[in-house]
Amino acid sequence: MRTLLFLLRKEFLQIFRNKLILRMIFALPVIQLILLPNAATYEVKNITFSVVDHDHSEYSRKLINEFTASGYFQLNDYSKSYDQALDQVEKDKTDLIVEIPAGFERELIRQNESMIFFAANAISGQTAGLAVAYANSIIRDYSNNIRAEWISMPRLSAIPTIEITSSNWFNPQMNYKKFIVPGVLALLVTLVGFLMSSLNIVKEKEIGTIEQLNVSPIKKYQFILSKLIPFWFLGLMVLSIGFVISFIMYGLYPVGSFWVGYLFAGIYLIALLGFGLLTSIYAETQQQAMFIAYFFMLIFILLGGLFSPIENMPDWAQYLTYVNPVRYLIEAMRMLVLKGSSFWDLRYHFLIITAFAFVFNGLAIWNYKKTV
Amino acid sequence: MSSEIVIKTNKLTKKFGDFIAVNEITFEVFKGEIFGFLGANGAGKTTAMKMLIGISKPSSGSAEIAGFDIYKETEQIKKSIGYMSQKFSLYEDLTIRENIQLFGGIYGLSNKQIQKKSNELINKLNLQNKADKLVASLPLGWKQKLAFSIAILHDPKIVFLDEPTGGVDPITRRQFWDMIYEAAHNGITVFATTHYMDEAEYCNRVSIMVDGVITALDSPNNLKKQYNANSMDEVFLTLARGAKRGE
Repeated sequence: MRTLLFLLRKEFLQIFRNKLILRMIFALPVIQLILLPNAATYEVKNITFSVVDHDHSEYSRKLINEFTASGYFQLNDYSKSYDQALDQVEKDKTDLIVEIPAGFERELIRQNESMIFFAANAISGQTAGLAVAYANSIIRDYSNNIRAEWISMPRLSAIPTIEITSSNWFNPQMNYKKFIVPGVLALLVTLVGFLMSSLNIVKEKEIGTIEQLNVSPIKKYQFILSKLIPFWFLGLMVLSIGFVISFIMYGLYPVGSFWVGYLFAGIYLIALLGFGLLTSIYAETQQQAMFIAYFFMLIFILLGGLFSPIENMPDWAQYLTYVNPVRYLIEAMRMLVLKGSSFWDLRYHFLIITAFAFVFNGLAIWNYKKTV
Repeated sequence: MSSEIVIKTNKLTKKFGDFIAVNEITFEVFKGEIFGFLGANGAGKTTAMKMLIGISKPSSGSAEIAGFDIYKETEQIKKSIGYMSQKFSLYEDLTIRENIQLFGGIYGLSNKQIQKKSNELINKLNLQNKADKLVASLPLGWKQKLAFSIAILHDPKIVFLDEPTGGVDPITRRQFWDMIYEAAHNGITVFATTHYMDEAEYCNRVSIMVDGVITALDSPNNLKKQYNANSMDEVFLTLARGAKRGE
């Protein structure tokens, strides 16, 4: 126990003497929490569109007005022909072509139905899908309005209409930032826990001081604990800074209990530090450790549902996320911050992350040897 | 020097695949002795030393260090030895005093002992003004003297030195050997590798390793007589010239 205290004192002295790392610990959460939620947004605004109007009627003009008035669309140009509009798409100036056929108004009045043609620029599938979805809802409103105009007494209307209203739980304004912020908190904890712990041990290997510790009577568990505890504290410190910033910047704080958040992050960090330790056992140089860490971090984060929801992934990728510890932290953070989930709601997450902690640390202790 | 044996090996061998780094070395070292462990680069000195200090498992053979078995009792061995590696291995981002406290603590010295020993050591090395400066700021020669002092801080039975004076100026080397003599005088056995043949002359006995095998072992004077040489340098060249392994 006394040996451990001496070792811990050494680690903390070294960490706090490293001004660059100390500054990074503060800068990292601030910058990431300011940049990422604002930059990484899935809301698509300012979709440009080109109109090919062969009808030039009152109704076609009204329809175009609906588009420009929606706030999602920006009129790029009136093209004379579809080919001319396609040219705009090819130049990447327009995202959506709306072609109104000749006789649009006449058909609408005489036959009670008419056709409109959309063509979306699917270079970005996301934008294209949303553009068509927004356009569809504009057309639906448009035709409902016409119907309302024509049938003076809607209550006696022969055509039953079903109106869909929805309310969004837990994130009423569908604010994408609220979705991203808890994920970024998870990212921060992961970065500090994994990267810093693995690099720290490999650094001792590289400069040769680990040999001096290996020939001393330090016990294996003392050495491992002396490496885990400081980064466990740092991870939780970064999380706390993150909580403060997300409150100041976005007014977000866990609707659920802070303690459940810290408990979860605490166990998660133990798991991740174990993984960092495992990495450092196999890496001989900081370069190798950095590369291994980068390899796993990228996969963990992209498959963790930070940016793209796991539900949207193909089945095989969804199965992969089950063995990704980052997934559970991101989910737990979102449930806690947005939904206010309790310990009991998160019991499976707790169970799984505890299992990760045992497996990673077990493997690390098993593989760490004081011999060369 | 007494007749008490503190290091005893019997056909100690280390193989890496087909390569036999250390080939059946057998020798004894006595208490309080300064034992020079010589050999060209790649002869297997460091590998042999790593087995003796318990951080490398031998492939075969046996050895006892301070009366403990190197297979089963490595943790007891680690308590009884000090070690100074080829690479400088104090923490450069800790101060001199912090380094002393850390290693004192690791070897289980009490706070009072640590306090007393740090002051003694700092005074002896004339580092009073630098005690709270980072080790990184010291010149190499001072670092080596400090590393040696810390390696014997816990009064080990044996101290292993792996090329302790590499890159150090002649004056500091001389001072370093004075410290080694003093340690030996206090009953600490010194087991050192070196490439400087003048240092070999300071040893009570030396062994010369060629291609993983100990080809000669005796006092410098006897070796010079045996090989009809004027200096240890000549003895070493005669023996090492036969080496087949390169650098």
